[in-house]
Parts: sequence; structure tokens; C-alpha cells
Amino acid sequence: MQANEIYEKLKAEYGDAIMELVSDEATEAWIRISPDKILEVCLGLRDDKGFKFDYLANLSGMDYKDSIGVVYHLYSVELKHRITLKAILDRENPTIHTVERVWKTANWHEREAFDMFGIIFENHPNLIRILSPYDWEGYPLRKDYVTPQEYNGFKVPY
Amino acid sequence: MGLLNKLDNPYNAGGIVLGVAEDVLNWGRSKSDWYLQFGLACCAIEFMALNASHYDFMRFGCIPRTSPRQADFIIVSGTVTLKMAERIKRLYEQMAEPKYVISMGSCANCGGPYWEHGYHVLKGVDRVIPVDVYVPGCPPRPEAFFEGMMKLQEKIKMQAIFRKREKIAEEDAKNAAEGKIVVPGLVEVDNH
Repeated sequence: MQANEIYEKLKAEYGDAIMELVSDEATEAWIRISPDKILEVCLGLRDDKGFKFDYLANLSGMDYKDSIGVVYHLYSVELKHRITLKAILDRENPTIHTVERVWKTANWHEREAFDMFGIIFENHPNLIRILSPYDWEGYPLRKDYVTPQEYNGFKVPY
Repeated sequence: MGLLNKLDNPYNAGGIVLGVAEDVLNWGRSKSDWYLQFGLACCAIEFMALNASHYDFMRFGCIPRTSPRQADFIIVSGTVTLKMAERIKRLYEQMAEPKYVISMGSCANCGGPYWEHGYHVLKGVDRVIPVDVYVPGCPPRPEAFFEGMMKLQEKIKMQAIFRKREKIAEEDAKNAAEGKIVVPGLVEVDNH
């Protein structure tokens, strides 16, 4: 299935939750979806006979300066088609439902997005930092992150 | 090393080999250093090549240990993150004296490519443990590491075992008289 076909089918099924299709960029075509419907849409993408997106290739956080985003790269091993989903969240309170119960691999990916961008994944079974130490302060990959002067007695700047 | 010259012609002096006990002990120590493995990043890949048959690190008498209690020195090869720095310090403290440190690669020496924007990187392992030999390179070639290893052996051979404090004080007085500034334990490898 091509990206526009996937978009049309999703649009027919979920209506306003599917916000736009962007296919004129140099990157792969992506679909912007409403964050509050993420779980339903993802379950549909995985279980629908026409989609069969059984593989979450990547889940990453994004900082768009005025907002925070979550990007889902999906692939279907059987039907060999792929699609990218983006959910744009409020910068002050970046909250979205977890897709951990849809694709287990999202567990650690979401922990990383939480660690680096501070995105809260609701109902995630174990939302703790995965790369940084547990007592780390701040979210390092945010654009406005300031490198700390000191961590646990170690001087951080050169 | 005067001892080895004597060993070359042991019978010239009537079958008696005269040597300094300290030389013998230091010679033995320098030729059987067991090291604590501490591979942290891509330098560890180079280190694996070093250990394999082509470069054969074991011919230096170095045997890898996984416990700090059995190790004579530690090779910090790779990027030291702040999270790992605490662990390195603890492992170093668990090692038995005398103990040495080789810092392998730019990251362990000074932070390497992460020196400016690495919010999570310790800018040099010498901020937590005292380093004896710095081996530059990103990562260093096995040959460069060998030079570092030989520098460490040189250092061990020169070390005082008996009446240590007196000898160190003597050396310091001598250096001070000559106007030399000596940083204790600092041997740098020149890598071309």
C-alpha cells in the first residue's frame, strides 16, 4: 500500500483523529495524528487485514522548539509497506498514551523518549530513565537543555 | 638495567651474579602485569585486536582479569560517562597496591570528541583516578598501545620497593636542586 492509500483508509475509519498527510518532503511520507487517539489507531494499524503493521521499527522523541513530538516508524513484514506517524504534543505537558501493549518493543523506546525529552507515556508499565542515571536532572536532548556544571561531585564542563 | 648485562655473561665474574634485589623484584613485576579489563567504547574494539593473535598482547606477560582484586593495573579504554565514573572509582579502590592506570584513547584522556557538548561525559578519567600512562589516539593503534605498555614497564622497573619514602625524598631533593619540575606518575607517550 502507498502512503496516500493508507491515509485514505485511516481517514475513512478514524475521521478527525487523522489530521494530515505530508508527502512532498524529501523524507518519507508521514501522517500527523491526534495524540489522544494514538492507541486506537495503532491497534487498528496492527490488526487490520489490510495494514498488518506488525513491526515498530523505531519510536523517537522530537523537539520542534514550540512543541514536542513523537515519531513512529511502522513496517509490515508481510505486506512490505511502511508508514511514519507523528503526534505533536504540548511543550509544557507532553503526554501521550503508551503503545507498549501494541508493540512490546515500544517499552524501551518510550523510556528513551522519556529520558531524553521528558515525554510522559501514560499507562507505561515501567517509565523510568533508561540511559541517564536515575538521579539525572532535566531532559538532555531538548533544545533548551543547559549542560550542568556538576554531577555528584564530578565537574562536567571541560 | 644492570642486572641483565650481568646475566649475559654470568661466568666472567666467577659464577657469581651480583644484582640488586629491588631490580630483580621490579623486573619480575614489570613482566607479569595482570590487568583489569575495562572496555567502554570503540577503543575496546582496538583492544580486542591487540589481544588477538596478530598483536598478541599476552607476550608482555599480561593476563586479563575480570576481578579488580587480582589485577595489577587497569586499562580504561573508551569514553568514560559520568554514570560509569563512579563505578571506575570504586573498582580502582578495590584493586590491591601497587596499582597502575593506563588511559587509552582521547576520550579517557580528556573527553575526546565529547569535550564540549558531552553533557554526560567525564572529561578525562584522571578526574577520578590517578593515571600513569596516557595513550593518545582515536582509537590508538595497537602499536601505540604497546609503547604505552612499555612506558608502564619502564616506570615499574624504576620504582623503589625498599626504603621507598627515603628514596622518593632523595629524588625530590635532587630534582629540586636541578630546578626540574616533576609531576609524579606522569609518563606521556609520544604518538606519531
